[in-house]
Amino acid sequence: MKQETLTVLSNDALTKSVYRMRLAGDLSSFTRPGQFCNIAVPGFYLRRPISVCDIEGDVLTLLYKVVGHGTEAMAAMQPGTALDVLCGLGNGYDTAMSGDRPLLLGGGVGIPPLYGLAKALLAEGKPVRAILGFNTAEEIFFSDEFRALGVDVTVTTADGSAGEKGFVTDALPADCSYFYTCGPLPMLRAVYEKTHTSGQFSFEARMGCGFGACMGCSMKTADGGYKRVCREGPVFRKEEIVWEN
Amino acid sequence: MGKLNVTLCGIEMDNPVIPASGTFGYGYEFAELYDINCLGTFSFKGTTKEPRYGNPLPRIAECSAGLINAIGLQNPGIDRVISEELPKLAKVFHKPVMANVGGFSVEEYVELCARLDKEEQVGWLEVNISCPNVKKGGKSYGMTPEGAAEVTAAVKAVTTKPCIMKLTPNVTDIVAIAKACEDAGADGVSLINTLYGMRIDLRTGRPVIANRMGGYSGPAAFPIALRMVYQVRAAVNIPIVGIGGVSSAEDVIEMMYAGATAVGVGAANCIDPYASKKIVEDLPRVMEKYGIDTLESIIGGAQ
Repeated sequence: MKQETLTVLSNDALTKSVYRMRLAGDLSSFTRPGQFCNIAVPGFYLRRPISVCDIEGDVLTLLYKVVGHGTEAMAAMQPGTALDVLCGLGNGYDTAMSGDRPLLLGGGVGIPPLYGLAKALLAEGKPVRAILGFNTAEEIFFSDEFRALGVDVTVTTADGSAGEKGFVTDALPADCSYFYTCGPLPMLRAVYEKTHTSGQFSFEARMGCGFGACMGCSMKTADGGYKRVCREGPVFRKEEIVWEN
Repeated sequence: MGKLNVTLCGIEMDNPVIPASGTFGYGYEFAELYDINCLGTFSFKGTTKEPRYGNPLPRIAECSAGLINAIGLQNPGIDRVISEELPKLAKVFHKPVMANVGGFSVEEYVELCARLDKEEQVGWLEVNISCPNVKKGGKSYGMTPEGAAEVTAAVKAVTTKPCIMKLTPNVTDIVAIAKACEDAGADGVSLINTLYGMRIDLRTGRPVIANRMGGYSGPAAFPIALRMVYQVRAAVNIPIVGIGGVSSAEDVIEMMYAGATAVGVGAANCIDPYASKKIVEDLPRVMEKYGIDTLESIIGGAQ
């Protein structure tokens, strides 16, 4: 983890509520796809943890959804704004376990970290399939960017207004041998229950610090202990996960 | 003695800055970022007899000036703290550490304090008789003078190291409780623990935190904590660790004028991992600005 000052290069709406922010600065503390950064937003006490979508050289791309006042303030940030950002947080996805033909399962604003992961897997010479789920056609973002990488993309929408009607889990291929997923909790649980192979799950949590100090985001794990979403996570292997209640 | 040095319950510290329990883990997350030996000391994560997972998630809610937490004393338990955490800490921290303990019975407090008292690394015992997050038997010991005195006398009977009783602000008269601790033999008091609070998510109409309520900390607690330190200083003669919303070297100095011998930094560590280090480094500048020669000389100066 490193505390860096990053400068906003651009900040554009991709849909009504999903924005793409590109930031420049020292990104050397990021080592794997699926890590996150924690942004100090002026006027708000806690930082905003945002997953990394992509890193190209010294340019960091984040996709975030406006859900509250903090992300509203982020959406209003202008190019040139300097931000205090904790970089290189979390464990990220492990590409070594992927097998020959990994499947990516993304839901809504859980999709961004899978983009960087897709690039890493493709760079290792592995063909990548992705199922990207949205509520409705007008909420679709980044499916073309995945296709441009060479990913075999299937889009699902809950209302059937684009792609296949249904949830990501309704489009699961029978020949999946290993998967990576990120999305809302109900989706992650459905993926857990409907897949027959192993995979890696990226979780979201309300965090205090984002770097392992406050224990605000601890999850029980299958070994009877607990892990911090921010520190040992946010990515957990399927075998580690315990669903409470 | 240097300009920043203070003596807390007979132990000299290089400076009065103490990252507060629960915001600094067992130290080594921060030791990866900087040499934590620049701190006066730190108070490690509240340790209980048994390992505890703590409360369900979400445990954190943001406020306009701070946060509410309901962690629920997550910790690995005393056995692993002694066998694993303290040896790991010894590699990165070479000063006496403040050992924070929490119990659910007088017997548990006694066992925890007696065992940690024997650990060479431990300088002070900080006895949390106030954690508002744990739903166990209703009131905490720290909510009545009698309860506070009972725990104080019991832990003092089995320890040789200074016992600092950590007090809750969620009481009618914190001064009476501090006096009860002093009368029962406490070597010091630390105050304040977090203030009971809650937030409700307008999208669901439900409390943000799974535990419904939690402890508020952050800059808005500072004037309240300062007032309580000031009142307690006027009434007791044992040293005070002033805690609550401290975010800057200025806050440290203000807290010392009110009567604190040493000063805890809590929530600030969560939003800036370097907060405590920056505060230590900024103290000489602020002292010079206000014509303060030594910190020891200003303790209780506002009384």
